[in-house]
Parts: sequence; C-alpha cells; structure tokens
Amino acid sequence: MTTHATTLPVSAAAPHPGSLGNVLAIAKRELSGYFASPVAYIFIVIFLLLAGFFTFNVGGFFRRGEASLESFFVWHPWLYLFLVPAVGMRLWSEERRLGTIELLLTMPVTSWQAIVGKFLASWLFLAIALALTFPLVFTVGYLGSPDYGAIFCGYVGSFMLAGAYLAVSCMTSALTRNQVVSFILSVVFCLFLILAGWPPVTDMLVQWAKPWLVDFVAAFSVMPHFDSFRRGVVDSRDVIFFLSVITFSLFTTGVIIRSHRAG
Amino acid sequence: MIKVENLVKAFGPKVAVNGVSFGVERGEVLGFLGPNGAGKSTTMRMVTGFIPPTSGRVTVGGFDMDENPIPAKRLIGYLPENAPAYTDMTVHGFLHFTAELRGLRGEEKKKAVSRAVEMCFLESVVYQSVDTLSKGYRHRTCFAQSIIHDPEVLVLDEPTDGLDPNQKYEVRTLIREMGAKKAIIFSTHILEEVDAACTRAIIIDRGQIVANGTPQELRQRSDLAGAVMFSVQGTPAVTVNQKIQSLPTVRKSALLAGENPQVVAVRAFPQPNTRDSELEASLFELAVREHWKLTELKTEEGRLDEVFRRITLPDTKRSTKEETK
Repeated sequence: MTTHATTLPVSAAAPHPGSLGNVLAIAKRELSGYFASPVAYIFIVIFLLLAGFFTFNVGGFFRRGEASLESFFVWHPWLYLFLVPAVGMRLWSEERRLGTIELLLTMPVTSWQAIVGKFLASWLFLAIALALTFPLVFTVGYLGSPDYGAIFCGYVGSFMLAGAYLAVSCMTSALTRNQVVSFILSVVFCLFLILAGWPPVTDMLVQWAKPWLVDFVAAFSVMPHFDSFRRGVVDSRDVIFFLSVITFSLFTTGVIIRSHRAG
Repeated sequence: MIKVENLVKAFGPKVAVNGVSFGVERGEVLGFLGPNGAGKSTTMRMVTGFIPPTSGRVTVGGFDMDENPIPAKRLIGYLPENAPAYTDMTVHGFLHFTAELRGLRGEEKKKAVSRAVEMCFLESVVYQSVDTLSKGYRHRTCFAQSIIHDPEVLVLDEPTDGLDPNQKYEVRTLIREMGAKKAIIFSTHILEEVDAACTRAIIIDRGQIVANGTPQELRQRSDLAGAVMFSVQGTPAVTVNQKIQSLPTVRKSALLAGENPQVVAVRAFPQPNTRDSELEASLFELAVREHWKLTELKTEEGRLDEVFRRITLPDTKRSTKEETK
C-alpha cells in the first residue's frame, strides 16, 4: 500500500479542468441532447405558435394601438406554466430512469456541478426559444416607435421567470423517475407560484389565516415581480427574488439527490 | 489500492451489506461472487462513491471516499450494473463526454477515445446512436467509458452480463490482461469466469463475506476436493465398490451413473488423515492387484459451483419458503 501511495497521487493530482470545465461539459451534453431529439424543435415551434396566438388573437395586439409588447409578455407566466415543465421534466428523471445518474455521480464531478450544468443548459435552451420571438420586436419597431428599454426589460423578466419555473421543474424531476409525475408536480408548484398572490386565492386564505401569513404566502408569487419587469422596471428586489427561487430550488434538488443516494 | 473496512449499508431496517472488509492491490483481479441480492452491487456502489455507506470506510489510492471523493473517483473506472448510457447520444459523443468529465482535452481526448473504441471493438458503431445498439454493443460502450482514462482501479459490475460467448471470452481476456497493471474488482454469477480471470475471489452472502481466497483455495473447500474419480471396464459394479470400500484410505465411495454400462465409475472420498495422492496411489495398486481394466483415475480439485452452492444455499432455501408463505 505504501509503495503505491507514493506513485498514485500523481495521476490523481494530474492537471484537470476545474469545476467550470465540468459544468460546461455537462451543459454541452445536455443541450446537444435537446437538439438531438425532436423535443427541441417541437418545443420551439409550439412556443412560437402559442406566443403568436396569444399576442395577436387573444391579447389584441393591433387593437391596442400602441407600439409595445405588453400583450406579448403578459401571457408568459401562463405560457411557461406548461411549456417550461415540459423542458425540465426530463432533467433528472431521465437520468434516473436510464441509470446514467450512477455513471454521472461516480465521475470526478460534484453533484452541484451536475445540477448547475444541467440547469444552465435548459435555461439556455429556453433563452434560444425566447430569442426566436425577435420578429415581434421588428414588428412593433416597424409599426411605431416603441420603448426598446421596456422591451428589453420584458425579455429579461421573461428569462428570469423561465429560470424560476425551470429550477422548480428541475427539483420535481429529481423526485421521481417518472417524467409524467415530474411534469404534473412541476405544473402544480409553478401554478402555486402564480396563484399565491392572486386575489381569489388570497381571499380564500384570509378567511382562516392571519393576515401576516397571507402576505407571507403572497410574497412567493412570481406575478408582482414579473409585472414590474413587464412595465419596464428592473428592480434589484425582483432580480433577487427570481435568483433566490432558482438557488433554493437547485439547492433542494441537491438535497433530494443526496437523500436518494443515501437510501 | 482499494481498501474497504467494515462497510455497512442499511436501507431502512434491511441491512444490505453487513461488515464487509477487503483490500485489492495493483495486479490483483478480485472476483465478487454471490447470489442475487447478496449485496454485491451495493458494495460496488459504495466503493465507487455512488452511495454513502451507513458506516465503515472506503479508501481508493489512499484517498478517503467520504472525505476526499473527487481524487478518489478520478482513479476509478466504473461499469455499473446493466451498463447505462445516454440513449440520445452517439457512441462517439458519449465517449467524448465521459472523456471530458475525466479531464481529458484536445488531442489527449481524441487518443483516449480511439484507444477505448479499439479495445472494445466498437469501430463499426462509432457514429451510431446508443439507442439503436444491440445489448452487447451497448454493454461494450459503457465498458469503453470505464477504461477511457486508463484508470488504476476498475470496478465492473457484471461485465459479461448479456454478452454472447465470444464477447464474454473477449471481455474476460481483456480483464485478465488489464489486471496485470490495475486493481480490478468485478462481480459475476458465472463461476468459470472466476477461474478464467481472477487472482482472488470473495463470496458474499446476505451482506457478509463467507469465503475469501484464490480460486484454488476456494475449490479446496469443496466436498469433492481430494476425492478420486475411478473408472474400470468389464467388472461388475458391486465388486468394484466393495473392494474400494475395504481400502483403509477410503472414507466412503459412491457409484456414479455413466453413459456406458460397461464402465463402472466410482468416486472415492479420502479418510480425513489421508495425504494428497495417497488415495490415488492405493486405488491404482488395487486395480493392478485385481487386474481391472482401468480407464480413469483422477484426483478432483473440487468444484467452485459446489462450494458456492454449499456456502450460499441456506439463503435460497429461506427465500423460497418466504415466497410460498
């Protein structure tokens, strides 16, 4: 043993890429995984179709008579409610179903590197889908003179919102190897994030809960935070809100994965 | 290289692994035997750091798996049970990905991938999706993944499972060759593999090690070890058996049914104090004295499957009882 101990650590301590290298390798794999299957293309087409449908047909883009993307962004919390869990549901449940989680976590990779890598890949994928709505920006630019700052804020807010939902989906996908269960749980959690601050829900809570508790629950809602982005305001509190939802969910993902391994 | 001390793993009230200790040095190939559910895979998962042990310690190359998992994991190549692989990737993409996680980049990575492809005979399927591979190829793809960084330690959970006889032979040969420079643990159900590839074998049953030794040492624990196979032609069976039983070196003997009714086959077991080959010699003298036409005379080494069955039998008996309940 002692003779080996002197020769061995050489290879163990050989130069190796840091945690960033691992995160990037995992993110790259995950992202190419999306585009290797029809999932990515179907998702993007459906996202763009629905976004267009809600903006023009339901949101009354032309009837408003103003050069803004208000009628586009207002639907995002509801559009993402179903579409983001569809992207996130496979993140860990697929890994568990295939058994590749055993491969991944016995690599010289920490679980947080794996979690962050996978999350960033899916977030980037959603960003690509969101970026493909750029013709809308040209449309309003052609029709009038919009406030491009407000549009930019809207996009940032939408990206943040997608990230928050995605982190929640990441967490629920770690709970089960069944993607359908993961999807449904994630939709329910995200719905809570929307409804927690929604008057019908808060009214119902008020009947039996103390006001501070109602306010506390309402503070979890994504709606007020997303609304200020939509209005063209980037408030650090809103950014912090979304980032803390993401951090908390990813942290919980780590706890869930560890507890699965511990048996 | 690998040191396992008092490893315990409990899943709720069920103790899957109970106080397992062993060590594997470079140049050793350790075969891990045991019935299904004996705790082989659980032990391997703890050795590779996939699941944390309830208690006990695993050190790989001097690094504690609990306190210092990353350098420890860097030394290990692991083929999990059922050979998982990302089905949405090509073999090429999958191997490049695992090489990257192993810290290989650029030219080094390319070389490692082509070496692993060559060693595992994957050339014909390199650009095929893992999804479309047959079981044997998928298995070898995952095996290629485990050796991509030329690790010092290899942990292989049923590496020959699901392979055809030719592939089994190739994998066994590969393990034996690599075993000269690496520390290897592999689990199997197939006892002949222990002879074919192992320098040492451990039999594990109900979470505990019940036997540990070289394949030869294990065989000697067999009831058959030291018994002599004795066949003669053209003499009535009863006479042969009686004469044999009257020998002082024979504890008992048994007539064996053979294909040829002309040939009488007897297995003679030695007295406890009989030395090696003494029984064989006395049986030979007997045949000469009686002018029997001797066709076979062979001391048995003992059989691993017999040892295996004897050591691990109680479990199967109990479990069948539980099932019928």
